[in-house]
Amino acid sequence: MNTTRKMSRKDLFWLGLLAFFAVIPLTPWFSHSSFAQHVMIQVLLYSSMAQAWNILGGYCGQTSFGHSVFFGIGAYGTGMAVVKFGLIPWPGILAGAVIAAMVAVAISYPCFKLKGHYFAIATFAIVEIFNRLFMVWYWVGGAIGLDYGFTEPGWKNFVWYQSKVGYFYGVLLLFVLVFGIVRWIEKHRFGFYLRAVREGQETAESLGVNSTRVKLSAMALSAFLAALCGAFFAQYNYRVDPPMVMSLDMSMKFVLITILGGLGTFYGPLLGAALLIPLQEYTRAYLGGIGGGVDLIIFGLLIVVVVVYQPRGIMGILDRIVNRIRRSEGGGK
Amino acid sequence: MALLEVRNLTMKFGSLVACNDVSFDVEKGSVVGLIGPNGAGKTTLFNCVSGFYKPTSGKLFFDGRDVTNLPAYEVARLGAVRTFQVVRPLKEMTVLDNVLVGAFLRGADNETAHSVAEECLSLCRLEDKSGNLAGGLPIGYKKRLEMARALATGPTLLMLDEAMAGLTSTEIKEALEIIKGLRERGITLLVVEHIMEAIMSVADKVVVLDGGEKIAEGTPRDIVEDERVIKAYLGAKFTERLKRTGEVTKNG
Ligand SMILES: Nc1ncnc2c1ncn2[C@@H]1O[C@H](COP(=O)(O)OP(=O)(O)O)[C@@H](O)[C@H]1O
Ligand SMILES: [Mg+2]
Repeated sequence: MNTTRKMSRKDLFWLGLLAFFAVIPLTPWFSHSSFAQHVMIQVLLYSSMAQAWNILGGYCGQTSFGHSVFFGIGAYGTGMAVVKFGLIPWPGILAGAVIAAMVAVAISYPCFKLKGHYFAIATFAIVEIFNRLFMVWYWVGGAIGLDYGFTEPGWKNFVWYQSKVGYFYGVLLLFVLVFGIVRWIEKHRFGFYLRAVREGQETAESLGVNSTRVKLSAMALSAFLAALCGAFFAQYNYRVDPPMVMSLDMSMKFVLITILGGLGTFYGPLLGAALLIPLQEYTRAYLGGIGGGVDLIIFGLLIVVVVVYQPRGIMGILDRIVNRIRRSEGGGK
Repeated sequence: MALLEVRNLTMKFGSLVACNDVSFDVEKGSVVGLIGPNGAGKTTLFNCVSGFYKPTSGKLFFDGRDVTNLPAYEVARLGAVRTFQVVRPLKEMTVLDNVLVGAFLRGADNETAHSVAEECLSLCRLEDKSGNLAGGLPIGYKKRLEMARALATGPTLLMLDEAMAGLTSTEIKEALEIIKGLRERGITLLVVEHIMEAIMSVADKVVVLDGGEKIAEGTPRDIVEDERVIKAYLGAKFTERLKRTGEVTKNG
């Protein structure tokens, strides 16, 4: 009884949050500033990316530095549909996500046999390989990439030129999808199996859990959702080329946002993105003249500070504060 | 046909022979004790039976099926589930969540899994710890968690590896009560135990290992009188004590 009440309070918070996002475009702050629109879109996009990564890296405990590859495949899926085949983006988005999931499984099957940090290291190498491959693969545009021509704005072509409101609701849908899936997973068997594999693979196996299958499923789902994020990224930028999607830089964002927010927690990816993305966008806007990389320096410092203070990230810090308040309310008990 | 048949099981680590040509049966519905001094090969045998090690030679049959080369999770799915001597709590998960992982083996339905988990928690007297993180439990509780988690999978054969080692005498009594309760539910048990007195009062049969070899097999009464066992493991004094406690448990 107690748990059901706690659950519904969590549900209310989640629905309230979605309602809050849904009405943001109606506020003057949003509608008067294209920069604010851009920042909000980025926050939702990057929190979806981080949450996609969190399924594998947080809940299942398998650190992947290869997610920019799946992100990139997703971006190329829609890019190819629009630029090469002259189609609407949707079949390309779906195809890209499916291919990304298949590539992820093919790559990680041998990599999961590696113990401990070797899995993480192997995923590093994969980014470089895919980056080079796409650089010289002329059919997909090579180093020049794919540039969108003009198409009719709207949901059918998933592009907008004047206002970013369409993109905002598009990314909100993506956010609801990715976070909704993770909410579902958290409550169901698969979520328990993910955490069991993270906490002790042999223990999980002794309880009948096929840990290889759990890790591969987590990887496939994580890559599929990362690819959807990549597709949005291509639509939003009207172009795709290898360095903008398949890079260690991009891979690190998946990892760092989640770590900063709180690994294996539901709101961690959102908190991480809500802190890092505005910081990144504002430093770029105001300190951009100093030269590239200032945002990454700040990124790095922030993560070191937070994680040294609380390994469970911002979620850990919030938990600690909430506990302290509860304790003082409880009369020093 | 016995529920578990161990046939000429040999497990070598390089030149070290941890189990040497061991054979015995575990009958359905019985409690079998597996005893022997430290390093006798008891845990190694468990690891082979539960699919964690591939035996160097020999065969294992569970419920008539050859399980010698099955991976651990398959063996568990068939209903032979083990606990670990060195406890392995899923640390960053609550006690309830630990047990739920086991309970989900028999189906993905949340409600069923929760009711199974809660039943196992209360059977192992962990209900008031269900919200605690497993990593922070005292050792006695961790031992019981091992048992509750394995139990939640709905095993036909439950293999306990020194579930009572390191417990206080009251805790051991409680654990024995739990084991008796399990037997009444029709679960077959293979129990590795260092504490002889404990196992003697519940076992139908005892298998004794020493240096990787089976040196005796029989009822607890026969075992405590077996010359080889006395020499290899018990020591005469211990035998006396055992006989006395045996009388006590029978009379009281
Ligand atoms: N993984 C392993 N690698 C090498 N030697 C092992 C391994 N596991 C157990 N042994 C050795 O096998 C022998 C039996 O150990 P074990 O089965 O743990 O005994 P018990 O559980 O009866 O105390 C010991 O000599 C131990 O050192
Ligand atoms: Mg042992």
